[in-house]
Amino acid sequence: MKSLMDKCCEKCFHSPASPCKDYIKCRQQGPLCHEDDNCRAKYKAFLEDIHLPADSSKRQILICAGTGCTSSGSRKLVDALVEELKKQGLQDKVAVKITGCHGFCEQGPLMIVEPQKIFYTRVQVEDIPEIVAGHLVGGQVVERLLYVDPATGEKSLTYETVPFYAKQKRLVLANCGHINPEEIADYVANDGYLALTKALFEMTPEQVIEEVKISGLRGRGGAGFPTGMKWSFVRAAEGDKKYVVCNADEGDPGAFMDRSVLEGDPHAVLEGMLICGYAVGADEGYIYVRAEYPLAIHRLKVAIAQAEECGLLGDNILNSGFNFRIKIKAGAGAFVCGEETALLTSIEGNRGMPRPRPPFPAQKGLWGKPTNINNVETFANVLLIIRNGGAWYAAMGTEKSKGTKIFALTGKVNNTGLVEVPMGITMREIIFGVGGGIRDGKKFKAVQIGGPSGGCLPEEQLDLPIDYESLTSAGAIMGSGGLVVMDETTCMVDVARFFLNFTQAESCGKCTPCREGTKRMLEILTRICEGQGKEEDIETLERLARVVKSTALCGLGQTCPNPILSTLRYFRDEYEAHIRDKRCPARVCQALLVYTINAEKCTGCGSCARACPAGAISGEKKQPHVIDISRCIKCGNCMQKCKFGAVEKA
Amino acid sequence: MSCQCECQDEVARKEALEKVFEQYRGTKGALIPLLQEAQEIYGYLPGEVMQRIAAELKVPFSKVFGVATFYAQFHLKPRGRNIIRVCQGTACHVRGAARVFESVSEKLGVGRNETTADLRYTLETVACLGACGLAPVMMVNDDTHGRLTPERAAEVLEQYE
Amino acid sequence: MANVTLTIDGQKVTVPAGTTVLDAARSAGIFIPTLCHDPAIPGFGACRLCIVEIPGMRNLPASCVTTVAEGMVVHTASEAVIEARRTIIDLLLANHPQDCLTCEKNGDCRLQDYAFMYGVRQTSFHGERKNHPLDDSNPYIIRDQNKCILCGKCVRTCQAVPGRSVIDFGYRGFNTRVVTAMDVPLGESDCVYCARCVAVCPVGALTYKPMAGKGRTWEMQKKSVTCTFCESGCTFELNIRDGKVIGITAKEPGPGRPLCLKGRLGLELLYVEKPMTPMLKKDGQFVPVSWAEALGLEGLVDRMKEVEGQP
Repeated sequence: MKSLMDKCCEKCFHSPASPCKDYIKCRQQGPLCHEDDNCRAKYKAFLEDIHLPADSSKRQILICAGTGCTSSGSRKLVDALVEELKKQGLQDKVAVKITGCHGFCEQGPLMIVEPQKIFYTRVQVEDIPEIVAGHLVGGQVVERLLYVDPATGEKSLTYETVPFYAKQKRLVLANCGHINPEEIADYVANDGYLALTKALFEMTPEQVIEEVKISGLRGRGGAGFPTGMKWSFVRAAEGDKKYVVCNADEGDPGAFMDRSVLEGDPHAVLEGMLICGYAVGADEGYIYVRAEYPLAIHRLKVAIAQAEECGLLGDNILNSGFNFRIKIKAGAGAFVCGEETALLTSIEGNRGMPRPRPPFPAQKGLWGKPTNINNVETFANVLLIIRNGGAWYAAMGTEKSKGTKIFALTGKVNNTGLVEVPMGITMREIIFGVGGGIRDGKKFKAVQIGGPSGGCLPEEQLDLPIDYESLTSAGAIMGSGGLVVMDETTCMVDVARFFLNFTQAESCGKCTPCREGTKRMLEILTRICEGQGKEEDIETLERLARVVKSTALCGLGQTCPNPILSTLRYFRDEYEAHIRDKRCPARVCQALLVYTINAEKCTGCGSCARACPAGAISGEKKQPHVIDISRCIKCGNCMQKCKFGAVEKA
Repeated sequence: MSCQCECQDEVARKEALEKVFEQYRGTKGALIPLLQEAQEIYGYLPGEVMQRIAAELKVPFSKVFGVATFYAQFHLKPRGRNIIRVCQGTACHVRGAARVFESVSEKLGVGRNETTADLRYTLETVACLGACGLAPVMMVNDDTHGRLTPERAAEVLEQYE
Repeated sequence: MANVTLTIDGQKVTVPAGTTVLDAARSAGIFIPTLCHDPAIPGFGACRLCIVEIPGMRNLPASCVTTVAEGMVVHTASEAVIEARRTIIDLLLANHPQDCLTCEKNGDCRLQDYAFMYGVRQTSFHGERKNHPLDDSNPYIIRDQNKCILCGKCVRTCQAVPGRSVIDFGYRGFNTRVVTAMDVPLGESDCVYCARCVAVCPVGALTYKPMAGKGRTWEMQKKSVTCTFCESGCTFELNIRDGKVIGITAKEPGPGRPLCLKGRLGLELLYVEKPMTPMLKKDGQFVPVSWAEALGLEGLVDRMKEVEGQP
């Protein structure tokens, strides 16, 4: 760790035992309390060591060490690069830095060469010598590792020009992928902890809350409750002990923005929690993070230890009299613990079963004490608001939804990854702008938004400006911000079944409608997909969905029918085709498919017959083969094996 | 010999658990962290260990059991060093997955979701591995083995210690 | 405490602030069905049968955990409420044996009452059902988990007595069930057979073994008696059929009323014409014991015999 606790000179009275209250600002703008060119030079060097100036002769290579890039081998890349630099005697001229997630995991491992910000994708160990010899020594960019836009075929030289990034507004994610998350100095050099200093010394807790209210920030965990209002409830609640809890139990399949922030910019979450603790009058915080996120837990532990060492966590923070400690609680594998009351029950050491609200956590939360719960992304927004002012924040977005939102864009779209955009942007801009359109030139069919509790929106909703209200009225939810793009080859009944399968397995079992209702809805959907649907099934599904939504105890139950209700609303004809005609229009539901061999295309090579596990294909050598439908088990092997496209499904 | 070794292991585990207890003494909401640490030490959550945790925290044993069975992370039975997953998909079914399963089950002397006494194998089934072209299929750890016969399935297991 | 006036089904009701909508309705004689609500241990809010419609509130809130507010308007039997209740009953029946004809609880079963009241003849869902073996492992309580509707009243009443907590919820979601530690049968657990759980079970999941097959609920007259074995003064009921006491059951447990096996057995001996043979667990096995031993009076009885000079 580059020390933040050293004195700059004899005049400086900053020390680990008694940190100067202005030292954060001093590092960024200093020296503040005295004039000294030597000190100024020292501070400048500190910053430039982290932010290489554009004309620097030094170079810095950033390698992504997020979960995605690590699993594609970025750790080995770091070792190989360090080795190669040594070999070439460049170790002093080129710094190698690991970073958190860039949100473009599909292209990983990612590498950025600074100060020019040359952006390399899918870098392998074998590419290292060429990067070092060709680029770092020879000054020749390694063309073949540049990003190629699948839509246009154009190459992008630098990070900023990659269309995926160019069309985003990365504020919360600004540090992710650009700083070393295990180095507090990197964070401080990027205005880190400036907002905390400002809150502690220039604002009263009430002013902090007022600023958050002005910003219009709403909870990013899904429900969109106004953050400032929540904070004011907790501040007003009576109690000598209050808690701040960070919900990092990101469980929606496909959503990984919280993981990315935790891995890439953990101090931002700590700083947000600190500001919140100061505002609501709490002295203890918990971060409840999924056990499935070991890297995030590790980075948080490192960050907490460093913040404690730097006098930013603990007793009497920066001599302000404010005390705050943060503890990590690892979840144990239960999706429902993302629900706030279940999360609290789980921290207390119980089965993660939700409690009825009221009383709300703001009144009676953790161990019965007033508790403020926000999710990771919400906390990461807070410091931006305090640093830049609520009005600055409120200038972005729509009337009721302010600021930016991070979406996890996946599915049948050209660019998949984390996308941070201003509220109010249309779905079309995200999918066709940032996302670069549908993969393989196929036709857009629907986008599923909001995770397993979300809904599917069809083409006619593409120009809907995205905010909390518009999504809800369209039958979806903001949720955590998962966006799954579907094309014409996706069956909407199957999609509904897929999500119900997930929520059914994750129901906690406490309330009747969710425990029993999800099971029956899943059984009906499965039956429809298997061609056993009955005419009355749609009506039964609608009744069940309506009742579960309106009577379930917690958010999980109340939202889990959304995938059914929204697909029934926009794609009812697909349900009818499955039930009445025993046909899957998207040709996905195996049981409803009929495989045939097109006699004109068939060469009689026999590979389909050999691949068939059921022995359903017969035919003379070099003569068109036929499939015996009664024996066919619809596994699709024959279709995969046929080189001539002769096997067709309908 | 092996008995003595296991006993020593058991002593070491108990000591490790005792250390964890000390570490968490006085911590609020320690049940789940203790279960996590205990599973880290034992590989699963034996009944006696859960009972000791209950006694340590002065909470009902029934509650510890209720919590342990709620979360997906916790295993109440020892899991083997090697996890076998026999595919039960349609294609495998038609090509004799049932006989493959029987053969493995017979060889190991365990049923579905059971683990051999020496903790070498845990036998599980899986809905479909998506390798229908190789049916019948089973996975051992991360390796996929296809075109199995009952005899070959039993043989394949030998390589996993 | 200040009073609050609200309108329930068009009727003005005034109750102290902080009262639940359920209690407010009941105080005005308005019926709302409940399964998991236990006035002694309120606030669980799981069965969702007591939902009502309150204009301005999202969804249909459960009246047992919703507190009244000034000017609140409550509909306890609107179309949406009725549909929801019918559906919840329908869902419970879909995972419950339809063997009312031979069920001990027939005639005194809340699920049966509500199915009748809301006209749910049979379930409309035919899928997976619970399938657990009958727990007949002890001489006092029969546990049929297949009939359990997971209202949790047994769990909460068992936890209400310090040191008991023999049962809790186990597993998750559709597989949730009430379990003992390590999911052993009740007979192998630390259960002391006080039968508080039986007294609160709204369905036939927990029944008295000594009463099994001795009569239908409507053939029995009940008479309350107070146990005098200790100062707790728990209340029990004599179950009388054709003028004869055929068994003792615990009345709903109240605060400070632990109920215990000894008390119940003592009353059994006092009142029942043909009392059961008392059984106690020794070395993990239930064995018949003398009444003196069952009631913990061996020393006393021996001494009495000695003092009174009887052989």
